[in-house]
Amino acid sequence: MVEVLLWGSLADQAEGARKVEVEAATLRELLDGLGEKFPGLRPELERGVSVSIDGRVYNDSWFQPIAEDSEVVLLKRLKGG
Amino acid sequence: MALDDTKKTREFKVVGTRPDRPDGIDKVTGRARFGADMVAPGMLTGRILRSPHAHARIVRIDTSKAEALSGVKAVVTRADFGEVPEDVADVLDNCMAGDKALYDGHAVAAVAASSPAVARKALKLIEVEYEVLPHVTDVDAAIKPDAPVLHEGRQQETVPEGLSQNVIARSEFGHGDIEAGLKQADRVVGRTYRTAATHQGYIEPHACLATMGSDGRADLWVCTQGHYMVRNTCAAILGMEQGQLRVTASEIGGGFGGKTVVFLEPVALMLAKKAGRPVKMVMSRSEVLRATGPTSSTSIDVKIGMTKDGRITAGFAELRYQGGAYPGSPVDMGAMSGFAPYDLENVKTVGWDVVANRPKAAAYRAPGAPMAAFAIESAIDEAAKGFGLDPLEVRLMNGADEGTKASYGPTYPAIGLKATLEAAKSHPHWSAPLGENQGRGVACGFWFNFGGDTCVSLNITPDGTVTVSEGNPDIGGSRASMTMMAAEELGIPYDQVRTIIADTGSLGQNEVTDGSRVTFAVGLATIKAAEAAKTEMCRRAAMVWGIDEEAVEWEDGAARPAGPNAGKFPPMTLKEIAAIASNTGGPIAGHHEVNAEGAGVSFATHMVDVELDRDTGSTKILRYTVFQDAGKAVHPSYVEGQFQGGAVQGIGWALNEEYIYGDDGILQNAGFLDYRIPVASDLPMIDTVILEIPNPGHPYGVRGVGETSIVPPLAAIANAVSEAAGVRMTQLPMSPPRVLAGLQGKASA
Repeated sequence: MVEVLLWGSLADQAEGARKVEVEAATLRELLDGLGEKFPGLRPELERGVSVSIDGRVYNDSWFQPIAEDSEVVLLKRLKGG
Repeated sequence: MALDDTKKTREFKVVGTRPDRPDGIDKVTGRARFGADMVAPGMLTGRILRSPHAHARIVRIDTSKAEALSGVKAVVTRADFGEVPEDVADVLDNCMAGDKALYDGHAVAAVAASSPAVARKALKLIEVEYEVLPHVTDVDAAIKPDAPVLHEGRQQETVPEGLSQNVIARSEFGHGDIEAGLKQADRVVGRTYRTAATHQGYIEPHACLATMGSDGRADLWVCTQGHYMVRNTCAAILGMEQGQLRVTASEIGGGFGGKTVVFLEPVALMLAKKAGRPVKMVMSRSEVLRATGPTSSTSIDVKIGMTKDGRITAGFAELRYQGGAYPGSPVDMGAMSGFAPYDLENVKTVGWDVVANRPKAAAYRAPGAPMAAFAIESAIDEAAKGFGLDPLEVRLMNGADEGTKASYGPTYPAIGLKATLEAAKSHPHWSAPLGENQGRGVACGFWFNFGGDTCVSLNITPDGTVTVSEGNPDIGGSRASMTMMAAEELGIPYDQVRTIIADTGSLGQNEVTDGSRVTFAVGLATIKAAEAAKTEMCRRAAMVWGIDEEAVEWEDGAARPAGPNAGKFPPMTLKEIAAIASNTGGPIAGHHEVNAEGAGVSFATHMVDVELDRDTGSTKILRYTVFQDAGKAVHPSYVEGQFQGGAVQGIGWALNEEYIYGDDGILQNAGFLDYRIPVASDLPMIDTVILEIPNPGHPYGVRGVGETSIVPPLAAIANAVSEAAGVRMTQLPMSPPRVLAGLQGKASA
């Protein structure tokens, strides 16, 4: 299981939990697992998110490995100029 | 890329030097071709008709008189575009209004004609019947329950019930307990700060040239930060296959985030399709200001709790950003980044995305972050000075470091914030004396940076020179940087490599030039492409020598036998291998395609001295120093240029730049005479100090540098002006009338 930290307003869509656990070994499994476990998160996931894994940010790399002890933080989709 | 790819101890030969820029001669002699320089046989002139109203229902458009005018070859309205995918629906609506005009300057029709004069005349013949609607341009007014509503049913599920439909989204970040933290404080500073919308102010207006054949294949030459984005967006809007539209990027005269979206391009293609002739469109300065992306105007509440020894016990900010007429202001980025420089136990930010009757906000260098930093860094400064504490020491005491849990969630790896603060503290600027009516301000800033889809093709020519093809418009020196990294990796001189920006038919998908990504991501791909070419050249040398390719290594621009059993052969240089390429298997190239994740965050500290004229309220920047972590500065002169450019744009944002709307919702200052950007005579030389804390996610340690430098200036200048004036400035721009009002009232202004 991977522990995922959700940002505050996203926690409202995950039954109020700031930290949730998902069975996932890759980024894709993580995002799929979050959507299945917490349907309220799906609109935000569909709008696009970034994910910090051990302090490094990933956007779309489905098969990025995630270790069980990794620090995983869901972030708003990063934009730049 | 794996962390162990980082070459932590490397002696560079090319990277870190300052060779001449490859585009320098072209740009100073006028040979460089910008968007408006493109021509095609039979080319028509395209022009846009724009709404004179801030908010109006479009009841009827009659184009018949324009179509009948001699020389008019095509007229386009929204009716010419079909249904489009949801993800580009707002983009199309912004390029060509549908049922409603949502801001002053919103496009409602377009013509293509045989000359500019005919096109202008044709626009006057288009009859548009408007039903004028109530409008709202101010962010705080737009969120009121009785505010005129721009869109129905666009609110996200994150917005509590009962708020205006103009409030599109709410987001919240942070950790700890704000109320508990505030109770631990010896002083709480709480204020509301406001910033005006500003434009990116690029010198080159938007321009493009479109052609479309009767077979449906099209070409587009365009001034943009991302021609792959232009291709994909226009193809979706016009219902084309992406492969049938080839887009070529021109030289670009500035973008700063404002050229990361389309405005003219789908319209030009539709006009070209209808006319059967090439159509060129060039915006006027007025059109650029009225209808392309400024940044958000904002209203931000901040509370900072601090103990008397300078420890921040709580940080709270509620940020309201209007993003113009469509959802998507950069408030999330502001809410995530504002407290990012600090190690706080109790921190919370709440962001509100709001729409208003203004042009849709586009990205502007670290979108959303400068406004948040202005509010938060101002409050920290006020709290520190309220205790008589050194504002740099307070920032060092509370500064984030490796292992700090960031306000937006993750735990930082090695970062450079404290290095910038230490550099600032030991710099002569910090201890230089100030005169009468002068003030000094400091502030910190943070930006995320990112990578994304990237392709590079590196080709060895028969004479042994090298060409690098990349897919990102060179907006800040990337051709020089890629040339240097290719030369470094291949072990050849800088002048043996030329980098070009390839069109969309020549490489795979490339993310836009944004997010400070290019030197990081394209650089990474360039290094990998060079490595691939080296591997192939070693293989060719092994063939000639009749030894195993594993027994050949690349060093100093040549293949060399390596290992005890490799045999003794003189090195084969790149030129020698290139000369016999046809005899050893054919042309030699390396390429690399990647979604480059793992960009490193970056931090900066800015220091500025200002002098105040107490009679007029005018301010003068006396001295300015930027301290920023670049990871590794590939071409230090370009890095310094990015630092200086960010500071200068921040000076304009802080002191003068402002979108001014009348009560009628019409933009009052749509030109550079009335929209005041800084010019060279307004400025001192901006001093720079480059820190290099390597990014472990890049082979050379590179971090993006293009955006962080605009994050601290607003706050640093506000802190300096506030010190000089003896009154806390809480609203930007700090134009002379606003400063004078502050001085006369001696209250916050």
